[in-house]
Amino acid sequence: MITFEHVTKQYADGTVAIEDVSFTVEEGTTTVLVGPSGCGKTTTMKLVNRLEDPTEGTVYRDGTPLSEFDRIDLRRNTGYVIQEIGLFDHMTVGENIATVPRLNGWDEDEIDARIDELLELMDLPPESYREQHPPELSGGQRQRVGVARALASDPDVLLMDEPFGALDPITRESLQDEFLKIQAELDTTILFVTHSIDEALKMGDRIAIFDVGEVVQYDTPQAILDEPKNEFVEDFIGSDRPLKKLKVTQVEDVMSPPTEEVATAGGVADATAPVQSDGGSTVSPLEPTDTALSALSRLVASEDGRLPVVEDGDVVGTVSDEDIRRSNAGDKP
Amino acid sequence: MLSSVHNWLAYVDFAVEHSDRLLVATLEHIEIIAFAIAIAVPIGVGLGFLITFDDRLATAVIWLAGVMMTVPSIALFGLLIPYFGIGAPSVIVALVLYTQLPVIRNTYVGLNDVDPAALEAGEAMGMTRLQLLRRVQLPIALPVIMAGVRNAVVILIGIATIGAFIGAGGLGDLLFDGISYVRTEMIVVTTVILSLLALAVDYAFSISEQLFRLNNGEQVESSATMRLLQRVIS
Ligand SMILES: Nc1ncnc2c1ncn2[C@@H]1O[C@H](COP(=O)(O)OP(=O)(O)OP(=O)(O)O)[C@@H](O)[C@H]1O
Ligand SMILES: [Mg+2]
Repeated sequence: MITFEHVTKQYADGTVAIEDVSFTVEEGTTTVLVGPSGCGKTTTMKLVNRLEDPTEGTVYRDGTPLSEFDRIDLRRNTGYVIQEIGLFDHMTVGENIATVPRLNGWDEDEIDARIDELLELMDLPPESYREQHPPELSGGQRQRVGVARALASDPDVLLMDEPFGALDPITRESLQDEFLKIQAELDTTILFVTHSIDEALKMGDRIAIFDVGEVVQYDTPQAILDEPKNEFVEDFIGSDRPLKKLKVTQVEDVMSPPTEEVATAGGVADATAPVQSDGGSTVSPLEPTDTALSALSRLVASEDGRLPVVEDGDVVGTVSDEDIRRSNAGDKP
Repeated sequence: MLSSVHNWLAYVDFAVEHSDRLLVATLEHIEIIAFAIAIAVPIGVGLGFLITFDDRLATAVIWLAGVMMTVPSIALFGLLIPYFGIGAPSVIVALVLYTQLPVIRNTYVGLNDVDPAALEAGEAMGMTRLQLLRRVQLPIALPVIMAGVRNAVVILIGIATIGAFIGAGGLGDLLFDGISYVRTEMIVVTTVILSLLALAVDYAFSISEQLFRLNNGEQVESSATMRLLQRVIS
């Protein structure tokens, strides 16, 4: 758990990077810091592993003020993917990942095994990537190595400063998806910086929206979309707020109970069979964990006004555009 | 045509006849340079490291080391004799001073050549200042420092000959004798040895510099020798 309590950071040159910031990151959750350039996101991250110290206020780790930790120990126990990644080009990918375990004095055998494990996790087969040097890798691969390096000694806290920032949209999307899967397997407390509200909504359990130097709203993605605190947040989310809401809403939250006809014999088999879409490609049936947006997009493409929702071969509900519309208006069905 | 063949034979004769003296002088020469380099490199690298902390100091130190190189060697020997006496010690001190520019400058440039993001990442992962230096900065700077030392040694091979003027020995002795007694073959043979020495040192250092680069995963145009070395090593 990380707690910021009335934290202000003023740099030596007088710049006040953040002022009176308070929030708490719960154990094992992901909090995304999002806001325009120069609003103090990186500074906030640096305060967590004492690359900077606050001018006023206190940052706590599990209730203990950071000033009571040894800087070096603290940093070796905190994974940090810095904004520029900063891989060591003169070392191999394996040596890069081994950095913190080596500093922590692990056995070489343990380190070897860990390198392979992380490369597998990051979808970079060790046989081909372990001995490469970072300049030989693509941008996306470098980002993965940066994340692997930060995870190497299994830190309690992971700081990621725009880890997917410099990537093309497709690579970015796939890395986000992969990271969401990895994140589900870790019980790490994650602070994630981005300046894209879409990425924040996708990655965060909670989101802290920064305006210059201050946190304007700190809430779950749903709550931020339902009730933007002020005009700044509203502008930041953009005019397509309804669509963004559909992206963070799951089908199971909007669906209606199964109707008679689909629930009766024969209907189930029909509904669970792969649907032939107009393009002729096969689309698997809607699942409760799909986003409302993908449900809507299928509804638009389909001739039926109501689609079955299938879980493990059983129809658990149906969804129509009315269901979706109702949820988007904010009323609970 | 005939006379040039005759000259060649005279040179070979001389080299054979005086091989003992040539060998001793060459070894003396190498010894003086080795001493000077052994002292100069730690000092130069240390200074080069220190000045990475302060830009103004860096400018001043590099300027001073540059001025050093413009002082004629004979003048420098003269200035040092009152402190270090006649002979090798004064020469070695002078040689140390002459090598400071390439060594300090290359160390400074090499250490500063490190990507600031890599340094920040290292710090963020909990490296101490010394660990950063040893694991990140030095490996990246080594080939550049190596190039500076290579430069320095080649300069020293020439300057060290003048040390014979104040009794330091080495190949300079033979040059001075050759001039005093007007013995061309003596001058030519000594000069050839000096040039070969410089070429050999230059080559050896360029290879080691490339090895350092390879070790850092940099692309190196591989010469035949490099390929051979790589095969031997692997
Ligand atoms: N070391 C420093 N010294 C002085 N001012 C600084 C320093 N680091 C950051 N700042 C200033 O503090 C403010 C916040 O910077 P910070 O890097 O935290 O912003 P950011 O939200 O991460 O921006 P970006 O999205 O561009 O990365 C900026 O005005 C920046 O210029
Ligand atoms: Mg930043």
